[in-house]
Amino acid sequence: MTSQFDIAVIGGGNAALCAAMTAAEAGARVLILETAPKSYRGGNSRHTRNFRCMHGGPLGPLVDSYGEEEYFADLLKVTSGKTDEGLARLAIRTSEECLPWMEAHGVRFQPSLSGTLSLARTNAFFMGGGKSLVNAYYRTAESLGVEVLYEAAVTHLELEGDRIAWVDYTHEGATHRIEPKAVIVASGGFQADTEWLTRAWGPAAENFLIRGTPYNRGVVLADLLEQGVSQVGDPTQCHAVAIDGRAPKFDGGIVTRLDCVPFSIVVNKDAERFYDEGEDVWPKRYAIWGRLVAAQPDQVGYVIIDAKSLELFMPSVFPPIKADTLEELADKMGLPPAKLRATVEAFNAACGDTSAFHPTELDGVATTGLEPPKTNWARPITEPPFYGYSLRTGVTFTYLGLKVDETAQCSTESGPIRNLWAAGETMAGSILGQGYLAGFGMTIGTVFGRIAGREAAAYAA
Amino acid sequence: MPLDLLQEARRQAEICNACRYCEGYCSVFPALHQKRVFTDGDITQLANLCHNCRGCYYACQYTAPHEFDLNLPKALAEVRRDSWERFAWPAPAARAFHTHGTMIAAASVLGFALLFLAIRAIGSAGGEGFYAALSHNAMVAIFAPAFLFPLASLAVGLRRYWRSVGGARIRWAHLVGAFGMVAKMKDLAAGHGDGCNFEEEDRFSHARRYAHQLVMYGFLLCFAATSAGTVMHYGFGLHAPYGLFSLPKLLGVPGGVMLAAGTGWIAWLKLSADREVGDATAWGGEMGFVLLLGFVAVSGLALYALGGTGAMPLMLALHLGAVLSFFLLTPYTKMAHGFYRLAALVRDAQRKQETAPGTGNEATA
Ligand SMILES: Cc1cc2nc3c(=O)[nH]c(=O)nc-3n(C[C@H](O)[C@H](O)[C@H](O)COP(=O)(O)OP(=O)(O)OC[C@H]3O[C@@H](n4cnc5c(N)ncnc54)[C@H](O)[C@@H]3O)c2cc1C
Ligand code: HEM
Ligand code: SF4
Ligand code: SF4
Repeated sequence: MTSQFDIAVIGGGNAALCAAMTAAEAGARVLILETAPKSYRGGNSRHTRNFRCMHGGPLGPLVDSYGEEEYFADLLKVTSGKTDEGLARLAIRTSEECLPWMEAHGVRFQPSLSGTLSLARTNAFFMGGGKSLVNAYYRTAESLGVEVLYEAAVTHLELEGDRIAWVDYTHEGATHRIEPKAVIVASGGFQADTEWLTRAWGPAAENFLIRGTPYNRGVVLADLLEQGVSQVGDPTQCHAVAIDGRAPKFDGGIVTRLDCVPFSIVVNKDAERFYDEGEDVWPKRYAIWGRLVAAQPDQVGYVIIDAKSLELFMPSVFPPIKADTLEELADKMGLPPAKLRATVEAFNAACGDTSAFHPTELDGVATTGLEPPKTNWARPITEPPFYGYSLRTGVTFTYLGLKVDETAQCSTESGPIRNLWAAGETMAGSILGQGYLAGFGMTIGTVFGRIAGREAAAYAA
Repeated sequence: MPLDLLQEARRQAEICNACRYCEGYCSVFPALHQKRVFTDGDITQLANLCHNCRGCYYACQYTAPHEFDLNLPKALAEVRRDSWERFAWPAPAARAFHTHGTMIAAASVLGFALLFLAIRAIGSAGGEGFYAALSHNAMVAIFAPAFLFPLASLAVGLRRYWRSVGGARIRWAHLVGAFGMVAKMKDLAAGHGDGCNFEEEDRFSHARRYAHQLVMYGFLLCFAATSAGTVMHYGFGLHAPYGLFSLPKLLGVPGGVMLAAGTGWIAWLKLSADREVGDATAWGGEMGFVLLLGFVAVSGLALYALGGTGAMPLMLALHLGAVLSFFLLTPYTKMAHGFYRLAALVRDAQRKQETAPGTGNEATA
């Protein structure tokens, strides 16, 4: 059976939509296969809020300028150099033309959100967030003649020599096979497949929460890797942050983040501290804490603050657990009460002069003689009521993925696959070896989605 | 029940406060993000500030089937309607009409009947034109109280509202700010100016905003026409019927046409909108209000067209009957929205003034 479509795009998030629109504008007949139902379409992209954008001068909502070198330097810092410079610079350089392109395709921007002033120069925020971006793209794509099939789960791409011969997917209980001329994979990472995570991380991964979509299970990724398509990255590398332990297993999104760690002490389930809570400002530390918590027994941490710190951080979705005494708080949180009191008292005794306390700057208000130390914002925890939050590891997305070149094309050991391209999370490992730069996920998806769409359409024409 | 509505809106507001993705859409979010704890008054103010543009519903990653089950436009619409019912004086009248279109229809029929009876019983006292059917004094005797009573009732309601939301002394600048928002109905255009999401899911359109402004300005023109007639009658001894180039006609005819067209448009849009993204229980009452308003306009125009024919007394009874019910129901139907929303915008202008820019919650960026 030959297909009525030139191009099949697998996935329904930002990367897929950018690819589909670009290909349709180049004249290709495009089909989007999205495994989620319409109400959950858009994968992780529907949880996003901004993308990081280079700009030589004020651009849309962005102030000042943010040049290629500064952008690249920021990336080097977070990845400790583990990045493919060519692809990274391509993404960075192209991001500038993406902003007007996104606007032309229906995305609207808004000034940096309250509480995120530090990103006003580097990141352009979507008005209404990622779901409104996804909605706008679906409308534009459909007006360009792109067809969208929801609840269409791709199960297999048949690799025949140096080309994909067909695509299998299930829809409404039946299996279908199509033979498009070209295929674009934009179906995300594998973080929602707990078993795969467990294989990489060990049993600890069972306690991880998945911040985004439950649909990115890496089915297509695994299928292609098994057939010898070139891979990049290491299965243990992912973007993971510390989030509220009461968050749902999947899809809790942005509201489950907790910003209170710098003003707290964090203990494990034995009521012992394990890391410097005041090492740096939270935006620079929240990703590290995802891993720190993952290394604790049962992969859980407990944040303890007192009344004077309650209003210093952004509110989060679940109210804190509240108690008049530390013992009562320990009881409510399932911690050993005597141990918690001892830990807090040891911490309090190590606190010194707090008059320089400044919540938004590294204030140097530190403990002395305590192990591990708290090097900033160290104020004794003394003022009832006391408050507690539990912390768990929240996985954003995994980095193991498809290796692509600067045309977003996939390959095997014996060379490029003529009609297969990849974009977004599923190839982000080609650029991010480790670490993460806020807003770079959407940049990668937009840049490489557009490249993939352009290349696939040229091939199919 | 009201407590549950407030509690549900509070639950959702707290989620929005942790998310903030919708900050750019409307006046609600900047006001919301300034609080950490939401009193009943805060929620009531946010509810009356919300224009039900639905932008935040279609943009929300947490709408059902997600377990957070966000539907802020609905939650706020329910609190809003409930607040109008609670603050109204007397409250039972509001509970009867806000959610019951049939009650509005019944009240309208009662209005017609009253005017028929009046025309029958009082009839002409030898006047001309409309006054041949119903004397001027009789009209005044019926309409002066029917106009003043709702005003008094609204004053009571608005005072209660103002107390509940902690309003401060109103200054000129607050009024300028609020009327500026109303004049363009800015919050129905969304922060990006593409309009609201009313007729077809997440598609942005200005239809509702334009239809509303047709109705609102049409209504104000009609109101101005009536006022002009009153002034001409008492001030200058010029009595109806007025010619085509008189002030009442110059204002009233275009006003009537705009009002008729606008209400028709709104009713039509309302049929395609998803009721579950608003206050579904009040849909009938809202539709009743829109249709009654439309009927006031259409019957007024018909009266003008048929004024010289034998149908005139019948048309007069229908039009005046509709006007009578409309006025009397103002504090107890959706018509109250204009007054409360205006109050909410004035309050919001005060909030903006109270908090200099940049003092939002930016503790840990
Ligand atoms: C809470 C949260 C907040 C974030 N905030 C930001 C931010 O502000 N800025 C930023 O740049 N990045 C952010 N990210 C990261 C960002 O979401 C991703 O980098 C980006 O969305 C990836 O886009 P994508 O199109 O590759 O994947 P996705 O948007 O996840 O799309 C993958 C699609 O593939 C579909 N799919 C999966 N398997 C199959 C299959 N077998 N068959 C068919 N379809 C399939 C899925 O249903 C989905 O539609 C955030 C992530 C999370 C979880
Ligand atoms: C004072 C300023 C006013 C404001 C801020 C305002 C605002 C709004 C808003 C936001 C809506 C849509 C949301 C909703 O249905 O609840 C609305 C609906 C409506 N308004 Fe107004 N309005 C004002 C004055 C008026 C006036 C003077 C009229 C004319 C009588 C009017 C007639 C209507 C009608 C007919 C609807 C549709 C009702 C519905 O769909 O249920 N408004 N108004
Ligand atoms: S409506 Fe949804 S997306 Fe918008 S601020 Fe609230 S929680 Fe966030
Ligand atoms: S419905 Fe519109 S006006 Fe109301 S809160 Fe949402 S975005 Fe604001």
